[in-house]
Amino acid sequence: MSTQMPILQMTGIHKRFPGVKALTDVKLRLYPGEVHALMGENGAGKSTLIKVLTGVYSIDEGLVEMDGTPVSIHSPQDSQAAGISTVYQEVNLCPNLSVAENIFIGREPRRFGCIQWKEMNLRAAELLTERMNLHIDVTLPLHSYSVAVQQLVAIARALNISAKVLILDEPTSSLDQNEVDQLFRIMRKLQQEGLSILFVTHFLDQMYEISDRVTILRGGELVGEYMAKELSRLDLVLKMIGKELHLLEELPVLAAEDQHSLGDELIRAEGLGRKGGIEPFDLSIRKGEVVGLAGLLGSGRTEAARLFFGADKPDFGQVTLPASGGGVHSPREAIGRRIAFCSENRKTEGIIGDLTVRENIILALQAKDGMFRTISRKRQEELAGEYIRMLNINPPSPDQLIKNLSGGNQQKVLLARWLLTEPQLFILDEPTRGIDIGAKAEIQKLVLTLSRQGMSFLFISSELEEVLRVSDRIAILRDRRKVKEISEKDMSQQQIMQAIAGG
Amino acid sequence: MSLNRKYIPIVVTILLFIVMFTAGSFRYTGFFSLQVLMNLLIDNAFLLITAVGMSFVILSGGIDLSVGSVIALSTMVSAGLVQQQGWPPAVVIPLVLLMGAVFGTLMGAMIHYFAIQPFIVTLAGMFLARGLCYVISIDTITIDHSFYTAMAQTRIPLPGGSFLSISAVIALLAVAAAIFTAHYTRFGRNVYALGGNEQSSLLMGLPVARTKVLVYTLSGFCSALAGVVFTFYMLSGYGLHAVGFELDTIAAVVIGGTLLTGGVGYVLGTFFGVLIQGVIQTIISFEGTLSSWWTKIVIGLLLFIFILLQRVLSSRRLTVKE
Repeated sequence: MSTQMPILQMTGIHKRFPGVKALTDVKLRLYPGEVHALMGENGAGKSTLIKVLTGVYSIDEGLVEMDGTPVSIHSPQDSQAAGISTVYQEVNLCPNLSVAENIFIGREPRRFGCIQWKEMNLRAAELLTERMNLHIDVTLPLHSYSVAVQQLVAIARALNISAKVLILDEPTSSLDQNEVDQLFRIMRKLQQEGLSILFVTHFLDQMYEISDRVTILRGGELVGEYMAKELSRLDLVLKMIGKELHLLEELPVLAAEDQHSLGDELIRAEGLGRKGGIEPFDLSIRKGEVVGLAGLLGSGRTEAARLFFGADKPDFGQVTLPASGGGVHSPREAIGRRIAFCSENRKTEGIIGDLTVRENIILALQAKDGMFRTISRKRQEELAGEYIRMLNINPPSPDQLIKNLSGGNQQKVLLARWLLTEPQLFILDEPTRGIDIGAKAEIQKLVLTLSRQGMSFLFISSELEEVLRVSDRIAILRDRRKVKEISEKDMSQQQIMQAIAGG
Repeated sequence: MSLNRKYIPIVVTILLFIVMFTAGSFRYTGFFSLQVLMNLLIDNAFLLITAVGMSFVILSGGIDLSVGSVIALSTMVSAGLVQQQGWPPAVVIPLVLLMGAVFGTLMGAMIHYFAIQPFIVTLAGMFLARGLCYVISIDTITIDHSFYTAMAQTRIPLPGGSFLSISAVIALLAVAAAIFTAHYTRFGRNVYALGGNEQSSLLMGLPVARTKVLVYTLSGFCSALAGVVFTFYMLSGYGLHAVGFELDTIAAVVIGGTLLTGGVGYVLGTFFGVLIQGVIQTIISFEGTLSSWWTKIVIGLLLFIFILLQRVLSSRRLTVKE
């Protein structure tokens, strides 16, 4: 294979956004007839790389060659013209149109300007049967079929635009095992027909099952390109997370140094699970305990947290609070039982940009008290001032609009909002993502301090180092399953890495 | 399943029309005749033409509130130019149609290029066109030009002694052209795609900008054409013509089975939606004792039923998906 010319070669790709270097000197090679996986954690630059290749973003610097000829890509149309087709995770088709139309729209067979429906339906059925092994009624609207079929239709559309390179952006994240198998059969078939497939995924098992080679990115930089069968699972995870084992061993584990006594069991999940989210798991948290959830992106961390808060309805099991009795069935009930949840989507599920810092802080407390028991302006200002000082929010002005604050400070405002309600359990989903190092350390310190005062935490982070630093106990998730629970005394990084990598 | 689910709303609309017409035929003597049916077309020709344009707008996921005002402005401009300035109708009518199309294009361009909600843009268009009527005259201008009276009085005989007006024929041609456009041209399919998912349409490489603007051009043109037909019917121009007519039009499209969220519906459904409104009026006039406001009451109830039906169908669709 390596004696062949690559069909697609990207070299020295740079992409900057205001204040962020999204891609630095990245390269990627695709050979004809291979399935090439692109892997990396959040913020590694996978989606940016895909977007520059498909013309959604333009490249700042670097060269893209197809078949050895440089091509310039400035729009999705350019990319298609060069023979690159993309199928996104969210199927980008029109659900109201028929399957056949979705394949052909914009290029319908016409005679004298009049669309030839019969011919179109015939050709669509032919295409799906021959290349996708899919025997369906192409005249039905797309929404009558499952996401898996919709994805195959999207691939058929891509192929029909005479693609040489097919990019599949996390195609398997909403498919079940059978559907994944079906997709993989088709990917193998297309591969044999000489198509190159760039497969973006965060499932380790799937990467090993289908890929010939893998390119790993981290923090916008290329880690390397490897033959899939020569790369061990542990190495893969290490390269994605980016810490050498011996370096991890040297990190101070704060929680371990500073022993503290834990109270009684506060909350317990028994056989809690949700179809397509996370398989049933047990997890209990004691008073004053920090439980970390570790695992790769897509391993089911957020899904588990949402079930704990009642934000999603579980299909199995339940959450109970042994001390006070009763359970959690809705976010409202969770708040009533003094559980707080800080979502990973700060922008969309957290801050209200056009309200001031003070108003954002007061929000949850007001909601808890009910709308008729207003909090006086004076009391609001006192509370806001107190938390701005305590959390070191900058600028320290309660009347600043929150959208003008930096990510780290917005996060602190959100923490303040929930702390004001005096939660017994605080669920933090990626509380430090995208914020600067100083703010990160402050938030970690806050978690440790508050837990010493008896507050319990469920702490989720992609950064293993951070989870290790704050947690008393770590539950490890892999491929939407809880695989292991490690308590403080034998919390070794080696062990956690092994558990995350699995296999 | 023998019947494709996407045809359910339109089948319900057609059945409803048949049931109402049959009920009227049994209840009132003289109701069951070809001429009553033809009168539905004659009396609602301008509604039909406007609703055809509105169907495309709603299918694309938009709305056009300016149609009633554009009709009024068209009658006013026609009357003003023909009666007061003495221009020949052969010049005035194309001019009025062009005016409607340009007006629609401008609104469409604002909606697309400045990303403003169609509701707001066409609301502004509605006030603007209505206001412009009074610049021409605050009173009714009666049209007595021989061309207009001829258009108003000409009867096209049909077998069985019934007849159609020229306006009704224009409306039928508009419906036929619209059905062809919606189903057999790329523009028509792009409108459906746009209403289905704008973001996807863009990523599929469809001409989203052109399609969106053209939809409002088409609606403006249809409104102006309806305005011309309205002058044939009323033989006058007046700033208070067709007040609130945009809502009748939207009601006809929705009763015709088109989803307000866009992407789903048929021009043929709109055709029957208009006929249903017409048949309700006919029944009420045959009844004799009922006030014409009962039309509004029945249409209101029908709208509720159709919106609920669509909700039920679309929620069932979601569960099928899961």
